[in-house]
Amino acid sequence: MKLKKGIPVIDQGNKFGFWGGKFGGNFVPETLKKPIEDLEILFNKLKKDKKFIKERDKYFKNWIGVPTRLIKLSNLTSHVGGAQIWSKVVSDANGGAHKIYNATVHCLLAKRSGKKVIIGDTGAGYAGKMLSMAAKKFGLKCKIFMGAKDIERQQPNVRAMKKNGADVIPVYSGSQTLVDAVSECMRYWVANCDTTAMCVGSTVGPAIFVRICGWSTSQISRELKAQLINEFGEVPKKLKLYNCVGGGSSSFGFWNEFMDYDKKQVEFIGVEAGGPAKSKRHAAPLTYGSKIGILHGAAQYVNQNNDGQIEETESISAGLDYPGISPLHCFLKDTKRARYTAASDEEALKAYQIVTKYENLRPSLEPSHAFSVAIKEAKKLSKDTIVVINSCGDAYKDKNILEKKLGKQYVKSN
Amino acid sequence: MSNPIRQAFQNLKRERRTALLTYTVAGDSSNKQSLEILKSISNYADILEVGVPHNTPVADGGQIQTSAYRAIQNGVKMNDVFKIVKNFKKSKYSKPVILMGYYNMIYQYGENNFLKNCKKSGVNGLIVVDLPWPENKIFSKKCKQSSINFIQLISPTTSKKRLKSIIKDSHDMIYYISMLSTTGGKLKVSPRKILINYNKIKKIDPKKNCVIGFGITEKTISKFKNTDGLVVGSQICKEITRSLNNRQNPVINVSKMVRKLRKKIS
Repeated sequence: MKLKKGIPVIDQGNKFGFWGGKFGGNFVPETLKKPIEDLEILFNKLKKDKKFIKERDKYFKNWIGVPTRLIKLSNLTSHVGGAQIWSKVVSDANGGAHKIYNATVHCLLAKRSGKKVIIGDTGAGYAGKMLSMAAKKFGLKCKIFMGAKDIERQQPNVRAMKKNGADVIPVYSGSQTLVDAVSECMRYWVANCDTTAMCVGSTVGPAIFVRICGWSTSQISRELKAQLINEFGEVPKKLKLYNCVGGGSSSFGFWNEFMDYDKKQVEFIGVEAGGPAKSKRHAAPLTYGSKIGILHGAAQYVNQNNDGQIEETESISAGLDYPGISPLHCFLKDTKRARYTAASDEEALKAYQIVTKYENLRPSLEPSHAFSVAIKEAKKLSKDTIVVINSCGDAYKDKNILEKKLGKQYVKSN
Repeated sequence: MSNPIRQAFQNLKRERRTALLTYTVAGDSSNKQSLEILKSISNYADILEVGVPHNTPVADGGQIQTSAYRAIQNGVKMNDVFKIVKNFKKSKYSKPVILMGYYNMIYQYGENNFLKNCKKSGVNGLIVVDLPWPENKIFSKKCKQSSINFIQLISPTTSKKRLKSIIKDSHDMIYYISMLSTTGGKLKVSPRKILINYNKIKKIDPKKNCVIGFGITEKTISKFKNTDGLVVGSQICKEITRSLNNRQNPVINVSKMVRKLRKKIS
């Protein structure tokens, strides 16, 4: 299995949509073949269309507010003592997380295809919140599928979705988290694909959704590359990019522009959710060697039992609480371009405390996983190493959990 | 010997009858009970679809999800599914049995190993919901080599070009999904429209046996009398749930229902 240079990773799948010949694909009911093919044709055409790119960039700039900041975390750097620690504050984006890029692109595509309704899944509630924002902006009706357990633990985002006029549909099946929300959303699409567009909230699902999402979030690394060159005059000789990985949309977007660099120069570190330290359950299929299986239309490493039943996950962060992982990351793992590890719930919470103590930055529980590993590793790295962590979400949505786990002093009221 | 599925359709045609296909989930609500249900309904049904329960089904509605959930809770494993079929076939050797499920279950078992066990236990056909054409080409060939019918699915969204290719690559039986819906949805398309699509399929190759599923219930079944076959699934699963909730015997209640369904298309 080999990563090709000079070709975007999202376009490196074969004609059946398999990366490396075995990850991804289209394991979908017959009914979805046609709408997926239609979306493929539309996307392949539009991504080469200068007018469409211009339109996308216009909304990215004026509405999402790109570029998001790249900041040096000077206090944290001196506290840790080692590599220079920087953060790309993607949570600056309109709505407070990277999910806005994919949501915006899907709404633009839905408009072009004449669909009036858009549906989406959500875990942490960010994908849903952003889709509801974008749908409102582009005049589309919006339905969001969300696990009942997630609705309870991510109330601020649920309120935001409702405020934007979206129907939030609670999903009570299975573990009542993201995996069930995605299943239910796909089921709704099976029954309504003639009138409705579907947005999959991460780089998962049938191949076309993996590609659209990866293409959308790549905005992050386009900005980062320019910002690094602006800061250092070049892409640093020793650069390490840390990102949390649930489905894998923010990390893929954070890395994409650096794909062709030697990994000795630009290393990618993906941090999965290890779950509670005392629990055997986790959401880290790459770190803990899960087997390849089929989930939500794609072949991927996925937590499952011997029979092929998908296993329940456990993580403090709803956004990482997913048993599978993007086919793109399976591909990056097996080609050894990226390295994957996990942080536990407790480690993520501790990292959140450290970051908020030293810096004016409030990463949500998802990027706190990445901060945890980055802080640990930065200690041992030379001063000329540049560590960048994608702070892809804001902790406002986690205020209930943080208050419960850490006490009121860690929660700001806005 | 010809495949029992083909044989069943030939017999039905001679008798000018429409095939009744039932769908129940293996292991719902226990291995023993699901076997008893199969034995009992096989007196009225012509072909038995046996669902392999899976916990992330992307095409099943509430009723079948509930049945599958019950079966998984009861600990049913792939090997139990084979055992149920094997035991059923001991007494009803010629009654065709089709396993229906999602590809991950086959993938984890290993395609070849899966087919070997299908053959050993007496499975005659397979419906794999999330392995569409052309992705299923290699596996469907393997099925043929093992004398197992791979049943292609066709839906209202299937394009003309695909339709022809799928029919060409199909074996003895084709499954037409009546409407855009998960299983268990209310019939939201007029029977007339469904029959127009059905006839399109038959016109391309009249020799293929085409059954219609999704939205087929006691209420709607008689409207499709003159087709090759009809599948009832969710309504049966719902009846099992209802019986269990009312502390009644699902075997008796489901049999009654299937007998009624049989009468409506006889």
